[in-house]
Amino acid sequence: MDNYIEIRGMSFLRGERLIFNDIDIDIPRGKVTSIMGPSGTGKTTLLRLVGGQLKPRTGTITVDGENISRLNRKKLYLARERMGMLFQSGALFSDLSVYENVAFPLRVHTKLSEDMIRDIVLMKLHAVGLRGARGLMPSELSGGMTRRVALARTIALDPDLVMYDEPFAGQDPIAMGVLVQLVRLLNDALGMTSVLVSHDVPEALSISDHVCIIADGKVIGQGSPKYLKEQGSPLVKQFLQGLPDGPVPFHYPAADYRTDLLAGSEGAGLFS
Amino acid sequence: MLDYFRSIGARAIHSVAVLGRSGVFLANSLIGVPTLRSGFPLLIKQLYSIGVLSLVIVIVSGLFIGMVLGLQGYNILVDYGSEQAIGQMVALTLVRELGPVVTALLFAGRAGSALTAEIGLMKATEQLTSMEMIGVDPLRRIIAPRLWAGFISMPLLAMIFSVVGIWGGMLVGVDWLGVYEGSFWANMQASVSFEEDVLNGIIKSLVFGFVCTWIAVFQGYDSVPTSEGISAATTKTVVYSSLAVLGLDFVLTAVMFTAL
Amino acid sequence: MYKRTIEIVVGLFIMLGIGALAVLAFQVSGLTTNAAADTYKIYAQFDDLGGLTKRGKVSMAGVTIGRVSNVELDKESYTALVEMELYRSVDNLTTDSTASIQTAGLLGEKYISISVGADEEYLKEGDTIFDTQSALNIEKLIGTFASGK
Repeated sequence: MDNYIEIRGMSFLRGERLIFNDIDIDIPRGKVTSIMGPSGTGKTTLLRLVGGQLKPRTGTITVDGENISRLNRKKLYLARERMGMLFQSGALFSDLSVYENVAFPLRVHTKLSEDMIRDIVLMKLHAVGLRGARGLMPSELSGGMTRRVALARTIALDPDLVMYDEPFAGQDPIAMGVLVQLVRLLNDALGMTSVLVSHDVPEALSISDHVCIIADGKVIGQGSPKYLKEQGSPLVKQFLQGLPDGPVPFHYPAADYRTDLLAGSEGAGLFS
Repeated sequence: MLDYFRSIGARAIHSVAVLGRSGVFLANSLIGVPTLRSGFPLLIKQLYSIGVLSLVIVIVSGLFIGMVLGLQGYNILVDYGSEQAIGQMVALTLVRELGPVVTALLFAGRAGSALTAEIGLMKATEQLTSMEMIGVDPLRRIIAPRLWAGFISMPLLAMIFSVVGIWGGMLVGVDWLGVYEGSFWANMQASVSFEEDVLNGIIKSLVFGFVCTWIAVFQGYDSVPTSEGISAATTKTVVYSSLAVLGLDFVLTAVMFTAL
Repeated sequence: MYKRTIEIVVGLFIMLGIGALAVLAFQVSGLTTNAAADTYKIYAQFDDLGGLTKRGKVSMAGVTIGRVSNVELDKESYTALVEMELYRSVDNLTTDSTASIQTAGLLGEKYISISVGADEEYLKEGDTIFDTQSALNIEKLIGTFASGK
């Protein structure tokens, strides 16, 4: 399998906490890959590492043949031209209109004329179904629309790699359906590699070719959705099926239930 | 007990680190003049939101402070039969001290907190990060225009404050309390020196503008990206700016005016 | 078009600020366009300056004719040497003019008042006024009153 991104032996710490512990991840080219895991496992951090915003403590992150963490500022800037990132909140620039937001990367990275920029912006907005909304300001958009505009901006430069940070979180069913379709369609139509970070299991699994589940800084399962559902470890199964109790326990560690209840008042613990 | 000292030490080290971070931040924002075509419109927009929108509060405050100075000054001077000196008293007080200082305090409260909140919100909604991912340095595009707008606006606002204040003092002194208009201006002109008073006042307001804008912008950039974080950052901006202005005012006054 | 309005308003703001500067310069501090070349230097020695400082006024008959530009101790004669810059247009001060230090008003500043004598020659650049009267010193006055009489 030809990999667009290869992560080998990567470790990352935030302060004292080990976020990633010597992990290996493959992201196949031209396919949709989902990275999933319980909250707080650092999935967003992983996207930032791939984007070169953060540097890993050990290991390598190779994006399309280049070791991202070793690139100097200029090369990183060029590499980022081929990457798009969609943030959880959309992150539209609040002082620019929808049109200007989508045009922003074009103005920064290219010297295209206004006419060409207009064409491209309209095409991208059309792809996400919001061409008519181009004059609105971000504050006038609904949540789902904001994300779609952000998506249009992300693909403005026709990137090879698009990273989605929790794209389906908190969306109503219709908006969610739209986004799910868009991610898959754009990936196939534009020949991109898509990396999806999410914990909306059914949606993510429905469009993914490859899945990687991370927990406690380690990869606990990697493969196609079918493979993981059938062959996965108990932890993987608990995650994929959304079971409340299993290897990740329901109860926060506490004393025996009966003794705790019968202790009386909270202060009694001091004197008994 | 030892923990107490340890926490003080940790706090001190943290403060020094923050100071260092803010220094690096400032240097990175100001290095390299932004390209004229793209940088200029951004600067204009910021001049509008920082400078022009502060005009109202500066003018109204200037007017009232000038009028109060006129009133109080008259009350004090009339005992010595020197009410003719009211013009020079109002002018010197405003140009040397109140103009730069009060304008800076108002600026910190109005424009400073707005800047902090705006930048903090941009950080919280990941606009700064996404800008970086697109390949634009947010320090150059967002922070630098705001810094320069602050540096330029402050002296202008301080001078407007002083002028409006003097006019207010004149309204009270001449029109209301009956000081002769001629001696009001003549005494003022004789005792206010352009080089020593007006220019020093401008230098003060430049320094204050620099400090207040730097603090406001840094606090926003460095804030914890939550709603409590932004509110804490806004408070810090106002408090630190005010303290810095008052402290620097003392230092600058000592340096500039003791020679006289 | 929205942008245009903002640009115009910002332009007005800056003009307002510069206007304030101009007002401060001319109306408030009385900055005049008197170039330095328009003055000539005259010296005078006093026993007691009584608080006269640099930038003090030099006037005749109440009209300002110059400024005190420097004040020094003359080490040989143990008197105060005052350097004044007088406007060139005032060029008819006789060589026997007197310079006296007076007070403007009760709390007022000290200034030098010059009155002419009867000589036929006029003071030129670098000349010294010899007939001087020092500032009135309250303590000396009381002392003279109390002891003399």
